[in-house]
Amino acid sequence: MEKIVLPDIKDLHKIEVYKANDGYTAINKALSQSPDDLIEQVKKSGLRGRGGAAFLAGLKWSFMPKTNDKPKYLCVNGDESEPGSFKDRQIFELNPHQLIEGTLITCYAIGAKTAYVYIRGEYHKWIKLFQDALDDAYEAGFVGEKMKETFNTDFACEIYIHKGAGAYICGEETSLMNSIEGQRGYPRVKPPFPAQNGLWGCPTTINNVETIANVPKIINKGWEWFSKIGEPKHPGTILFGISGHVNNPGVYELPSGTLLTDIIYKYAGGIPGDKKILCVIPGGSSMPPLRGDGIEGVKMDAESLKAAGSSIGTGGIIVMDEDTDLVKVLARIAKFYYHESCGQCTPCREGTSWLVRLLDRIGQGNGSSHDLDMLIDVASNIEGNTICALGEAAAWPVRFMVSRFRDYFEKRVKKEIVLPVKNKVHSMRDTAFPLDSP
Amino acid sequence: MEFKFTPGNQAKINDTLKKYPTKKAAVMSVLFLGQEQNGWISKEVMKEIASVLEITEEEVFGVVTFYTMFYEKPMGKNHLQVCTNVSCMLRGGYEIFIQVKEKLGIDNMEVTEDKNFSLEEVECMGSCGTAPMIAVNEDYYENLNADKVNEIIESLRQKN
Ligand SMILES: Cc1cc2nc3c(=O)[nH]c(=O)nc-3n(C[C@H](O)[C@H](O)[C@H](O)COP(=O)(O)O)c2cc1C
Ligand code: SF4
Ligand code: FES
Repeated sequence: MEKIVLPDIKDLHKIEVYKANDGYTAINKALSQSPDDLIEQVKKSGLRGRGGAAFLAGLKWSFMPKTNDKPKYLCVNGDESEPGSFKDRQIFELNPHQLIEGTLITCYAIGAKTAYVYIRGEYHKWIKLFQDALDDAYEAGFVGEKMKETFNTDFACEIYIHKGAGAYICGEETSLMNSIEGQRGYPRVKPPFPAQNGLWGCPTTINNVETIANVPKIINKGWEWFSKIGEPKHPGTILFGISGHVNNPGVYELPSGTLLTDIIYKYAGGIPGDKKILCVIPGGSSMPPLRGDGIEGVKMDAESLKAAGSSIGTGGIIVMDEDTDLVKVLARIAKFYYHESCGQCTPCREGTSWLVRLLDRIGQGNGSSHDLDMLIDVASNIEGNTICALGEAAAWPVRFMVSRFRDYFEKRVKKEIVLPVKNKVHSMRDTAFPLDSP
Repeated sequence: MEFKFTPGNQAKINDTLKKYPTKKAAVMSVLFLGQEQNGWISKEVMKEIASVLEITEEEVFGVVTFYTMFYEKPMGKNHLQVCTNVSCMLRGGYEIFIQVKEKLGIDNMEVTEDKNFSLEEVECMGSCGTAPMIAVNEDYYENLNADKVNEIIESLRQKN
């Protein structure tokens, strides 16, 4: 199988190696075509966003106004903070020039002359690696004013890195824009959508790092080629990051629609000790968890996962074996969203705190069946009542885990499963609720 | 104590300002520079940044308190960040957090008496596939176990 985003080419992060492998030829090809043609090709390729919502990239680009009365911007989202996701850092490290080239092509297609690549602040090493590649690309005349001469064109585009400072919410596209503007990273109410009113009130497109990194190959090899890889409704390869209880965790680039069980057993080497799987979260911690006894035949693409009752998210697969303490896992996930809620909306701010307290009570052995109903009730009241999708991100794992594993949770509250409490931890800065009993 | 940026950092600020159409947008970058130079974000650092970027001190303060990577008090020379989020937790993240706590004798967000170490429990760091992990200042240490954690702390102690 051919890899698109992370091909097995030694030293591909070096500009000479990238160039020797057709690097920076796609931008040249793109500049000889009209922006509308490019948008059409990306639309037809079927490329869908890899940042969580799997929205059609070409369609999103087509929302950008054609007028030029205001500057336009591209934001490349490398905030990568959803637990279970660790794929974009591979691109910064192993194939940064393809991301740079994709950024240039996208900017040309949407009419932007400036792109900000937002990278989470903790990724010091990957920011440096990407900055080094960017410096080389500037030096070689592939980015910035020198592009005009290099490619014999009127188009020039600047690419800047914006370093985050530790806030999951800044991965949400409108929060990301506020963060770049130097405000607190509060999500904005939509509409207006970023294509109308984005960075500094100007038309803006936001795409994930992996989405953009696919673009050069689509331009070079053609949309038809891309559209035939993997599942037709969500074509291409996906960087699947698999973590938790597997023998070989890591990032695997595979065609969309690969069987979840193949990723777990064939690529990630199965479960340590050949244990059974209790639960799998298929797309980062905010996505609905699946029961281990129900993953046979489940394919990893947006449509198949929807049919299976979950969502592709970031493609971050978290595997839990049969001995996992699900109450503790869910409490930890709930605590994350509580900690990361920006506090603007009451249902999210208050609801996430309720979820943590309820799960804490259950974890301490003081829960009841009524608490389980209450968890579902609180989660349902967050969903759909908030400014941004962090509300859903907090509610889904709770609502789906409790309802899908009701048998397990009932046994826990009735103390039919007794787990040894190993760790007594008071934790997380600003968080008043310890996970375990003191 | 008054705080002023060094000429080197002043030059870096000028470079940063070129990236954005407004001065305000540089606030996060400039805060990182201030934190690097001063060790932490003091009131004086915020005051100076407000004046350099021509924004209010409240605006700077608002940004500082929104993010976890800006520290409003001095942290240790080696700031240990242990991830306990779900993928790390499944592979022993909490055990490592407790081990570090006990070894250093400090709790979350505390600093050792010799100011050599501080500890922070952090959210997912993007190392889930190489879990569990610790970041020491800017460097990631991954695929850890109890022995490796001991080695890391011992070697940091020796460096001091
Ligand atoms: C709370 C929250 C956090 C998010 N974090 C990220 C992130 O870290 N990276 C990312 O690409 N998208 C993230 N997203 C999705 C973005 O809002 C946006 O949809 C995405 O970057 C668009 O890119 P795509 O269409 O190429 O997928 C997040 C969304 C929410 C609600
Ligand atoms: S849903 Fe939560 S994170 Fe999103 S804007 Fe509302 S309070 Fe903030
Ligand atoms: S859960 Fe620890 S690095 Fe992702």
